[in-house]
Amino acid sequence: MKNLVYIFLGIVFGIAMYKAEAASWFRIYEMFNFQSFHMYGFIATALLIGAIGLQLLKRYEAKDIKGEKIKVRPKEKSIIRYLIGGVLFGLGWALVGACPGPIFVLLGAGVWPMLIVIVFSLLGTYLYGIMKDKLPH
Amino acid sequence: MDVILGPWPWYVGGALVAIIMLMLIILGKSFGVSSNFRTLCSTLGAGNSCDFFKFDWKAQRWNLLFLVGAIIGGFISVNYLSVNQVSDINENTVAQLHQLGFESAGKEYIPSEIFGELSLKNILILSIGGLLIGFGTRYAGGCTSGHAISGLSDLQLPSLIAVLGFFIGGLFMVHVLFPLVF
Repeated sequence: MKNLVYIFLGIVFGIAMYKAEAASWFRIYEMFNFQSFHMYGFIATALLIGAIGLQLLKRYEAKDIKGEKIKVRPKEKSIIRYLIGGVLFGLGWALVGACPGPIFVLLGAGVWPMLIVIVFSLLGTYLYGIMKDKLPH
Repeated sequence: MDVILGPWPWYVGGALVAIIMLMLIILGKSFGVSSNFRTLCSTLGAGNSCDFFKFDWKAQRWNLLFLVGAIIGGFISVNYLSVNQVSDINENTVAQLHQLGFESAGKEYIPSEIFGELSLKNILILSIGGLLIGFGTRYAGGCTSGHAISGLSDLQLPSLIAVLGFFIGGLFMVHVLFPLVF
């Protein structure tokens, strides 16, 4: 039963990303050309509601269903890994026109070439895993 | 019905994503799609050859289920909630894309020039893109969901740096490399 909640949230996520076109290569290209407010509005709306919601949950010391205090795990302090990793991901995001969520949403939409992207994303993740200790973090 | 079957406005998409993130946090989880790549590597046995993949991946099963949901969501969107949805992008963007050789701009949801035919060039584009996404997200410790939505909503500085990186990379790809690739 609890498993169904995650599948349900995933379905809503998939539909939202597809229907509001955050899974569209064209929309990502348009965003990186600053030619439409669409994607910026999408992200800004998510951030506004997300930030207010999180602040409220924290202010009223809300607990999650396990009874633990609500918090987002703080990311470890660094600049270099976020910058280099971010740039590499950004290059891939613009080229494929999809970030990890939409890659799977589009697979479900019947865009089979996304299977190639997924296989190579797994390979890229594996490469990071074996090179991790040699990279600056 | 048009409200459902037509493209949804950005504020509906953005609001739904925020609600999903908040729901996951209330459920004691977090919103982050790219960590599934690491989990999937582990389920495929990568832990045998590399310590980074030696972790209790079964604790991440909920996120794999979320991913299954996302795939189903894509299927439902195309088959039951859309009538040939076309990305209605800015006409300047369309003109620019026509010049780059993308005839499908303004006529399709995603470009058939890349996703329609499995030419050698397209296979290279998709594989290199995948490598960059897989490597980059793990190096940066997250993608658009983990950093741009969750991290920024929580006002975390590392996420701001990561998102800055996303944009530097994206802008470089579109403005410097696209004219060489397409």
